[in-house]
Amino acid sequence: MDLATLLPFLVNVIVGGLVLGFVYAIIALGYTMVYGVLQLINFAHSEVFVTGAVVGFEVFRILAPNPMNGYLKLLIALVSAMLISGGLNVLIERLAYRPLRNAPKLVPLITAIGVSLILQDVLRVIEGFQGRFDLTYTLPDAFGVKFCAAESSCVGVGNFLRTIGVDLQVKDVILIVVALLSLTVLNYVVNRTRLGKAIRAVAQDRVTAGLMGIDSNLMISATFLIGGALGGISGVLYGMKVGTLNAYSGFEPGLVAFTAAVLGGIGSIPGAVLGGLLIGVIQKLVSVMSVLGDLVGSKNLATIDDSYSKMGAFVVLVLILIFKPTGLLGKSNTEKV
Amino acid sequence: MTAINPTQPNRAKPAPDRTILLILFFVVTSALLLSSHNQAVLNGSLGGLLRNPIFEALVVSLFLANVLFAYLWRAAPWARALVGIGSLLLVLPMAGREDTSLLDLSIQIMIFSALALGLNIVVGLAGLLDLGYVAFFAVGAYTWGIFASPRLSSILKYYGENPGATNAATLAIGLFLLVVTAASMIYMRRMSDKTAPTRLSSWAFGLASFGLLAGIILTVRAIAVLGASNAAGLATGIDSNFFWLFLALSIMAAAIVGVLIGLPVLKLKGDYLAIITLGLGEVIRVLANNLDLYTAGSQGITPIKSAAVPWFNSLAGFLGFSEDQYYLLFLYVLVLVVVGVILLVNVRLDRSRIGRAWIAIRDDEVAAQAMGVPLVQTKLIAFATGASFAGVMGMIFAAKQTFISPESFNLFQSIGVLSMVILGGMGSFPGVILGATVVTLLNLRILPGLGEATANIPWIPQQVNPGQLQRLVFGVILVTIMLLRPEGLLPNKRRVLELHHDENQEDDSAEGNAGALGTGTGDVYSPGKAPTKENDRSGGAK
Repeated sequence: MDLATLLPFLVNVIVGGLVLGFVYAIIALGYTMVYGVLQLINFAHSEVFVTGAVVGFEVFRILAPNPMNGYLKLLIALVSAMLISGGLNVLIERLAYRPLRNAPKLVPLITAIGVSLILQDVLRVIEGFQGRFDLTYTLPDAFGVKFCAAESSCVGVGNFLRTIGVDLQVKDVILIVVALLSLTVLNYVVNRTRLGKAIRAVAQDRVTAGLMGIDSNLMISATFLIGGALGGISGVLYGMKVGTLNAYSGFEPGLVAFTAAVLGGIGSIPGAVLGGLLIGVIQKLVSVMSVLGDLVGSKNLATIDDSYSKMGAFVVLVLILIFKPTGLLGKSNTEKV
Repeated sequence: MTAINPTQPNRAKPAPDRTILLILFFVVTSALLLSSHNQAVLNGSLGGLLRNPIFEALVVSLFLANVLFAYLWRAAPWARALVGIGSLLLVLPMAGREDTSLLDLSIQIMIFSALALGLNIVVGLAGLLDLGYVAFFAVGAYTWGIFASPRLSSILKYYGENPGATNAATLAIGLFLLVVTAASMIYMRRMSDKTAPTRLSSWAFGLASFGLLAGIILTVRAIAVLGASNAAGLATGIDSNFFWLFLALSIMAAAIVGVLIGLPVLKLKGDYLAIITLGLGEVIRVLANNLDLYTAGSQGITPIKSAAVPWFNSLAGFLGFSEDQYYLLFLYVLVLVVVGVILLVNVRLDRSRIGRAWIAIRDDEVAAQAMGVPLVQTKLIAFATGASFAGVMGMIFAAKQTFISPESFNLFQSIGVLSMVILGGMGSFPGVILGATVVTLLNLRILPGLGEATANIPWIPQQVNPGQLQRLVFGVILVTIMLLRPEGLLPNKRRVLELHHDENQEDDSAEGNAGALGTGTGDVYSPGKAPTKENDRSGGAK
């Protein structure tokens, strides 16, 4: 074990973790925004996000023979996933959550679980009628190549990454760029527009916001639309990242992203991003623990294999909820009688 | 099974006496069940229809409806007792003699009834949404599974070969750690009831739980190393007469795990509790998947022994059962008894001080605390009681299946049990048993039946097999019940009275008593009656 082999390895793990973390961050935003306005864990968000992934798969599949630019295909995939997932999320809110707005807190939570299960099977049946279960993304060839393979083809940051030995594919770079773009847009919408102001007002106090003339139902729908659209984006990105998924594979990243939202402080938008990135790095670290164990020469570390990486997120979740339920950036609120 | 009406409290005239109808229904469905499982009839001209899986499922459902009607209908007590006991103890085993899968199904239904009854205490009475409930089922199953199978000897063999630095002193240290940390954890919890928890106290608590874990590991390791010489004698696991001891041990193990999981998480509320229990349930499953030495990982443990009861076997042989059915019949009777006991415990608990405390916590935690209900202790008892039911059933499940693997205990099972509780009606014991029966029938008979029936239809690909639509079924149950009839199919009488009370009086306090899980307690909460125009200003963001 020497520093020269260990350091690039760790850098790669952290970069890989950040790439994964950006996907989690965007999924987590969907949870955190809904929680912000309704104090409801939208269990169905993991399926909204898988819907986005399925839409992305379909777009890439249908456009695969088409010779158009790969980035245009990506744009079409992202936009259609945003529209469909966003619309689906609004529909779910209208049908399953709004009638229960005044019911005890656990009732909409249970319907959320129900909606999530229904969507899983509906997606499975839709794809099943075409004889598919596992969906493998057919990405344009340009996405799969190594980023900055040759020195001449890259400049600035890319060159720097190459010199320190970071191993990235083009699709990872796309993922980061798309994620950063959507975070910027979201930040602008929430903090700089009238719509964002209204949403924040509803999240703070629905009653008073109503008195100020804000249509809180509309704002809640808008929140679900935005959250769903983010879910659609993250679905396509996740699909690109993992390559193969099925109708049931939303549960795990959904739970990890929820953990990220809780870690950052649920209801807080910067918190969700921070939590997502942290969880991504943690998960990556746990999943390479056996490789690291071999590198360092520790037998105990080497027995921790990839299957524990899922557990890593759960354990983080349990520890946060026990020791700091408000998360890293969340505000504590005492219960009112 | 459609004509299910909750008893209306202020009905003008009492329900008509249905003794004759009940007896008639019993006779007809029993005849149907028995003849549809009779070889002679099956070979006759009606055989084709009777073998149809959908028809078969229908017959079984109709027959089980007997028990439901015996409970629901107003009839002479002797008739109700006759139908209830006759169906469960006479007709069902008789039909099961011809068709073993019927016994299997009945045991499965009972197991899930017990699970639903256990979860009902946690969710329905105490209002704590537990999405990792199946973890306790797993604890019970693995408690028996590891000891009553060849796993035990391979564990001992492993430790015999790799003793490490373990000796009798390790055992002492482990036990010491166990006792000290457990005692200090309980002490700290007691204190936190009286004084507000500080950062220091929660860190101390975390430290203690790590100590506890270390203690458990050391103790188990020491025992395994010290007992390694017995490996050869235990090649197929421990003697099956230990079954009865393990029945008690599995209850204890599950209850202890319930307390261990409950201690740190029960200070959380509602949705956070749901998600953390979900996480812990998954952690237990992942552990079962990864601790290859103890659980054989995803391969699962097999074969697992069942109890050896010679006198029962000779009785079963006398009654004309074949040898491979003995253990199923035995488990059937055992499960019947256990469910009976659990039901009795439930009813007694519900009417006791602790049951009222649970309901008080469910309806308003703060108010309950103000009235002197010790929150943590009461919730822990709910958790442990629910867990113990799951533990004992887990053990019976392991004995019945003779094979367990982590896949039997995934999140999906927890949600299945939850949908049973929701379908039948949270807080209602007959309701959750009905829910368990309906969902299990759907799961094990009707959906596979549909799957078989549609298997040869060309336009339905293999990927859309209706036999695998369990998720859809669970989802539809959860959503529709919550939206349309949140009190469930067979609601708790107390709930109905509360509902009725609110209908008669203008209840302006309804907004204030938003409890944890008081479904359908008032106009505002009953979505069926919710004003069509959403009132934005009534639901405080709380």
